[in-house]
Amino acid sequence: MDYEALRFIWWLLIGVLLIGFVITDGFDMGVAALLKVLGNSNDERRVMINAIAPHWDGNQVWLITAGGALFAAWPTVYAASFSGFYLALMLTLFALFLRPIGFEYRAKIDSETWRSRWDWALTAGSAIPALIFGVAFGNLLQGVPFYFDDILRLHYTGSFWALLNPFALLAGVLSLLMIVNHGATYLQLKTEGELKARSEKLSTIVAWLCALLFVLAGIWLYAGIDGYVVKSVIDTNGANRTTEKLVEVAAGGWFVNYGKLPLLWLVPALGVLGFIGCALASKAKRHISAFVSSSLAMAMVILTAGISMFPFVMPSSSHPAHSLTMWDATASETTLMIMFVVACIFVPLILAYTGWGYYVMRGRLNEQHIRDNSHSLY
Amino acid sequence: MDIVDLSRFQFAFTAMIHFLFVPLTLGMAFILAIMESVYVMTGKTIYRDMTKFWGKLFGINFALGVTTGIAMEFQFGTNWAYYSHYVGDIFGAPLAIEALMAFFLESTLVGLFFFGWDRLSKEKHLAVTWLMALGTNLSALWILIANGWMQHPIGSEFNIDTMRMELASFSEVVFNPVAQVKFVHTVSAGYVTGAIFVLAISSWYLLKGRDLAFARRSFAIASAFGLASALSVIVLGDESGYELGDVQKVKLAAVEAEWQTHPAPAAFTVFGIPNEETQTTDYALKIPAVLGLIATRSLDEQVPGLAELKQKHLERIIRGQEAYVLMQQYRAGDKSPATVNRFNELKEDLGYGMLLTAYTDDVANATPEQIAQAVEDSVPQVWPLFWSFRIMVACGFAMLLLFALAFWHSAKRTVDKPKWLLKFAVFSLPLPWIACEAGWFVAEYGRQPWAIGEILPTHLAVSQLTVTDIWISLISIMVLYTVFVIIEMWLMTKYAKIGPSSLHTGKYDLESPAVAKEA
Repeated sequence: MDYEALRFIWWLLIGVLLIGFVITDGFDMGVAALLKVLGNSNDERRVMINAIAPHWDGNQVWLITAGGALFAAWPTVYAASFSGFYLALMLTLFALFLRPIGFEYRAKIDSETWRSRWDWALTAGSAIPALIFGVAFGNLLQGVPFYFDDILRLHYTGSFWALLNPFALLAGVLSLLMIVNHGATYLQLKTEGELKARSEKLSTIVAWLCALLFVLAGIWLYAGIDGYVVKSVIDTNGANRTTEKLVEVAAGGWFVNYGKLPLLWLVPALGVLGFIGCALASKAKRHISAFVSSSLAMAMVILTAGISMFPFVMPSSSHPAHSLTMWDATASETTLMIMFVVACIFVPLILAYTGWGYYVMRGRLNEQHIRDNSHSLY
Repeated sequence: MDIVDLSRFQFAFTAMIHFLFVPLTLGMAFILAIMESVYVMTGKTIYRDMTKFWGKLFGINFALGVTTGIAMEFQFGTNWAYYSHYVGDIFGAPLAIEALMAFFLESTLVGLFFFGWDRLSKEKHLAVTWLMALGTNLSALWILIANGWMQHPIGSEFNIDTMRMELASFSEVVFNPVAQVKFVHTVSAGYVTGAIFVLAISSWYLLKGRDLAFARRSFAIASAFGLASALSVIVLGDESGYELGDVQKVKLAAVEAEWQTHPAPAAFTVFGIPNEETQTTDYALKIPAVLGLIATRSLDEQVPGLAELKQKHLERIIRGQEAYVLMQQYRAGDKSPATVNRFNELKEDLGYGMLLTAYTDDVANATPEQIAQAVEDSVPQVWPLFWSFRIMVACGFAMLLLFALAFWHSAKRTVDKPKWLLKFAVFSLPLPWIACEAGWFVAEYGRQPWAIGEILPTHLAVSQLTVTDIWISLISIMVLYTVFVIIEMWLMTKYAKIGPSSLHTGKYDLESPAVAKEA
């Protein structure tokens, strides 16, 4: 396998990790974000929390792994995005802080105030990252201002407030709604009675909204946002020459790849269909279909962003030639190869024991079960 | 404070808080696995209750370990962007492998550990607990491989085209001797922490005369596990790594306040007051030959002192200065063979040249004063290392003594353990944390001025943020962490006080309604 192939594989693998993250951690973030929306009593909220209690921690590792893989496979992208989006990342971090302790401590003290505070903490801890991840993608699609100096030190020249532009906020809202919808489809699978009925109703509405916003974002991207196109030849098998390419900023630039390979239109199309399918399945009480459609739709949304930007991963609006692409911001061939082997061994293992974990904890939860096991559950 | 100081302070703060929770997780995971094994082998439910109760406390601690751990993973990118770019090719790999091999396992199984009791057979649940313990330890292994590489960066090479270090030999990075001794030392310290935790709280129940059967069994397991672990921490201590690399040598010299090189075998300074100005140690109490024996395992090899090491650094800084200038020429377009060849001769010292960037932007024309300053700063301050090392060692030996006594009384099957021993155990509760924090201080402060030993100076490694950015994050983190730690300690104390009665099995002392209400 040559360097070029490894670079392409790692572009796919980062995508796989992000998709793994939204499908797994996405539903527990969605459930937690809905605590105050769908849970009308403490018992109901405990049903919701215990539906994700055995899994949220493992799920969150998809995020940690995506971070680690970014560090290992695309170190410069990791450095540029994490330091460039500094305050946004810090805010995400603070929100994420609240989840492990929220889950673990909420049931430790028998007090209404105590529980209510942790419910808010869990809601914020899950909704804020979902929103910010969307905002980050919205900004990547527009390019962000940064450049490298002579020793390849990164200087980011944008501000936190500039990240909150209309298109990015649209992407943020889409991301939040996607996650919330996904959480609701998981609750359809794991709960009974009224809680289940409310989750079905919520998905029926929110999934349609997601489809709408996704299409809207696509139109906006086509009509109002310039894309980036590489105009020089990148040596895809050579060492990174991150700052030495020629990049043009052009209207419709993000749609060049679809022109080259029209089959790719299937990806966004499946995304829209996935959301619609999820809405219909939720209405028809076909819970597994709803969950699967929602997962498919989110995977396609991420792939759409990746394909539109390909080969870019972090375009620079101020110095387009310094944009980071998946060809010239990667780790060395040796590291990519080693990490590829490691991923080939461990990703299947992870899927196996994670699957087993869900199998062990299968079945629906109800309020009676919570009351009967009050001291051992969250 | 500038961005370098602020970034360092933020990293130190988050890392030290994170490491309040990690060692207890490492140790408790194994103690839980041992307790549950006894349950499965003997079928006595008291051991299941022990696993569940200590598991509750484990959970309270684990949550904050996870919380503060996320910050660690993000911070290299957020605050140490040049570091991430410069060494990500090597350093990123163990972090990613840690997530894939260990953290997934630990985090997935911890859910089944807590919620799988009624859904898994005894044997399967036990397997889950052991695998969770394995996960936590594998996690420590990969993190320490990453950290070991920062102390002694082998298996890698500088690439001038990509302007970063690149992986040359993965096996050298994995089997880095510094990383391996560090791993054993650190996980053993974690086991000691878990053992002290169980021992101290059990002793408190014994002193109170509460839940005696439960407390005695916990005491016995903790003392045996703790004794073995404490021996392992001390015997397999960190010191065997000090022969390797200049950074480790500097650290050893600073820890021992070895200002000058003395004829072999060097004496070991037990106590004294390091005096930075005169470069001597006042009131030193020395044991002849011991340092030479520990550091070189021989009687005839010298242990280099700080003065000698600085002299070496001066030579390397001058070579590094030339390397840095050649690197700049090359990157500006001069790719002539003469430049390349000369650079390749000098590139081992490029990091030393980079030290000069702290004092001047014009490295080529650095003044002799600037070079002298760089040499002076090429070793860390002595007294913080001297003292934190001694604090760590003193705590270590105190705990060893405690475990030895506790184990002896357990093995004798003394029904009523002496009160003084129980009190000794209760008051020893903070010792493992003090030792762990002091130990990490030695490891990390002792590496200064380097982020990556002899390769990347700390001041260059930071992200180009504004001071305001870092103040905002730093103050927020400090406020949040303080709140979290207070809540955690309060819950921990509350549940430790309730004891096994918190399981609501109906078998324990506080469960008579009157007492329970009080708790």
